Amino acid sequence: MEPVKIKLDKSNQLLTDLMPKKFNASGKLWVGVLLVIVVIGFYAYIRQLQKGLVVTDMRDFTSWGIYISNFVFFVAISLVGSLVSAILKLANVRWRTPLVRISEIIAVAAIFFAAIIIIVDMGRPERFWHLFAFGRLQSPILWDVIVITTYLVVSSLLLYIPLLPDIAICRDLTPASLKFKKWFYTFLALNWRGTSQQYALIHKCINVLAVLVVPLALGIHTVTSWLFATTYRAGWDSSNFGPYFVAGAFQAGCGGVIAVTYVLRNHYNLKKYITTKHFDNMAKLLVLLSLVYLYFNINEYLVPGYKMKTVDGEHLKSLFTGHYAPLFWSVQIFGMVVPIVVMLFKKGRAPLPVFIVSLLVVVGAWFKRFLIVVPTLLHPFIPIQNVPASWHTYMPTWEEWAITSASLAGALLVITFFVRLFPIISIWEMTEEQQSPQIDEQTNLYEAQA
Amino acid sequence: MDSNNNESNDSRRDFLRKGFVATAAVATGLGLVETACKETKPKTGDKVKLLSPDGKIVEVDSSMINPAIPDSLLSKHNVREGVPGKKFVMVIDLSRCRNAGKCKSACSKMHYLPDNRSYIKINKMQDSDKAAPYWMPTPCFHCDNPPCVKVCPVGATFKLTDGIVGIDNERCIGCRFCMVACPYSARVFNWDTEYQLNITQMNEIKPHAACSTHVSGTVEKCDFCPTNTAKDELPDCVQACPNGVFYFGDEVEDVVSNGDETVRLSQLLKDKSGYRYLEDLGTKPRVYYLPPVNRQFPFKDAEVPTEAEGQTTHESGH
Repeated sequence: MEPVKIKLDKSNQLLTDLMPKKFNASGKLWVGVLLVIVVIGFYAYIRQLQKGLVVTDMRDFTSWGIYISNFVFFVAISLVGSLVSAILKLANVRWRTPLVRISEIIAVAAIFFAAIIIIVDMGRPERFWHLFAFGRLQSPILWDVIVITTYLVVSSLLLYIPLLPDIAICRDLTPASLKFKKWFYTFLALNWRGTSQQYALIHKCINVLAVLVVPLALGIHTVTSWLFATTYRAGWDSSNFGPYFVAGAFQAGCGGVIAVTYVLRNHYNLKKYITTKHFDNMAKLLVLLSLVYLYFNINEYLVPGYKMKTVDGEHLKSLFTGHYAPLFWSVQIFGMVVPIVVMLFKKGRAPLPVFIVSLLVVVGAWFKRFLIVVPTLLHPFIPIQNVPASWHTYMPTWEEWAITSASLAGALLVITFFVRLFPIISIWEMTEEQQSPQIDEQTNLYEAQA
Repeated sequence: MDSNNNESNDSRRDFLRKGFVATAAVATGLGLVETACKETKPKTGDKVKLLSPDGKIVEVDSSMINPAIPDSLLSKHNVREGVPGKKFVMVIDLSRCRNAGKCKSACSKMHYLPDNRSYIKINKMQDSDKAAPYWMPTPCFHCDNPPCVKVCPVGATFKLTDGIVGIDNERCIGCRFCMVACPYSARVFNWDTEYQLNITQMNEIKPHAACSTHVSGTVEKCDFCPTNTAKDELPDCVQACPNGVFYFGDEVEDVVSNGDETVRLSQLLKDKSGYRYLEDLGTKPRVYYLPPVNRQFPFKDAEVPTEAEGQTTHESGH
């Protein structure tokens, strides 16, 4: 294979458009706000370490709260990496190229913070090493530890390996006077020279990883669902839970990548590379994924709802008509039905409406995880009684909100700094795309835009 | 500092404490006292009472005692091993329970539980609209197929040879998966770091390492009072119940006792149609229930299971 030739001068429009840029005023404000949220979260966590988990509103009955539902959310969002960089790749979808790196950094940031938030939830975080010293393979938690760690590694490789040629571009364009920056890129570029041998290797690596990451991605969502499905609890005791979680994760992840893409496209003026056609295509994909998720939701709620077994029935009543009904119906309607309906229309698939709908999907996905975790715990087999009134409900404390927000802000910061340091759209892959003679008309978005 | 300490209203505990000191003295102390006497340490003036081998109470200066009580001698009990040859089992007779709450308070006292925590819950149950309500005390069921043990990622909760489901609070990472996995809500968590046992309490609990010392950020639950079972005594809830609701015993011997009467386990379950709660979950609890038929007390609803009601029971006798 011929190596891609990338011109490293000002005549190369790709470089001017796609090289990382310094934060402007709004960028600085954004980073500042996120940093403040992270600092508040740190303060809340220090309080939690000092006083114990009593600073949360979790108690003996609601023993899992928004830390766990936030964890499930992060795991769900991280599926987007494998969706765009593996599944769409294996399906030979060419228009995905400018979206690959965005989705992969979302995946890495999300899965990293999933791991962090699980440590935050532990009563004895300093005993984390017990998992390795005394780990029992019989426990679904250990399966989760293994599969999440593996996914983090494979996702990081899927981010890093295709990044090498672009890091080399950054290295070559950085003047020698900026010593640290030069060293940083030189170190990360792993002596990339752009030989045909290196390109052959990188293509091979990406192909192998893309195949590897698919079962892994299905694995982390299935295993995470088993944390719930392996118990006897009403609402969790379901053999449907694995595919239900996978479907929800695809939907949430797709919403996540669209939202981030929209912001980056507008902020860095990438309209030439991320076209309206991309939003149209991603919107169609999101409709499909929402329909699949809707199907699993019907399975998950209609079947037990038809039978209304005692405890299941109480749990479902609290969702359908009871305490959690407003949240439940908002999430189901705005997070699933509205997106499907809006994006069925061509006007609904324009960038702005797609962005708004994607935000709905992502916010809905977060609260959906809350609705999966918390109401079930409030409906144990033996009804909650003889405990303080506050134990009958669960309303997260400010510490829980602060820590959870900090984890979300942290993930966004990772994405933001990544964009600051590296080209968020792969320069070498775009060059390859442009130089490739076999672009068929249907997928040639760039010409259509021009 | 004199021996007429009226504040201690628990003679059993007091006795235990003295016994503890005495054991310590016999095992290690006297040798130490002798060697300490030979050394010239400055006297503190504080006198400490010890039990001599010939049964006399002797008073020595505190400087003569090596204050370090060797824990290894006291806690020989392996937290992961049960009492050999036993299979502990409990039977709870629902026809006798009137929600007196004595089991709960005795349990909390024995385990030094803070006010808002309880290993035993006394639940108001009503199986259907027409069925009569009844009280159902639920300790840990010490299941033979325990869901909590299955899910523990670090082996901090485990099945002992004597049937008890134990917890190692030094191993527990506080993930609370076991609490979520337990269908009976038997487990409680040390949510705060503030509640801590004092030295005396620690020393009383420590010899029986299976009892939780309330390590913050870890899970605990009913342990069938290993302190008592090791001495062939009934758990505190069984002893405290004024109505003989709880039977406790050994499945191997096929004998259970509620303190008043000792009966054959198999015969009791046969005669009174013993059952296990939520049998169809397949957890195989070691706690059986006798159905609330031929009640000894009419069901009286209590908004709050008050101390006052418990005392009425006590005063009216049984």
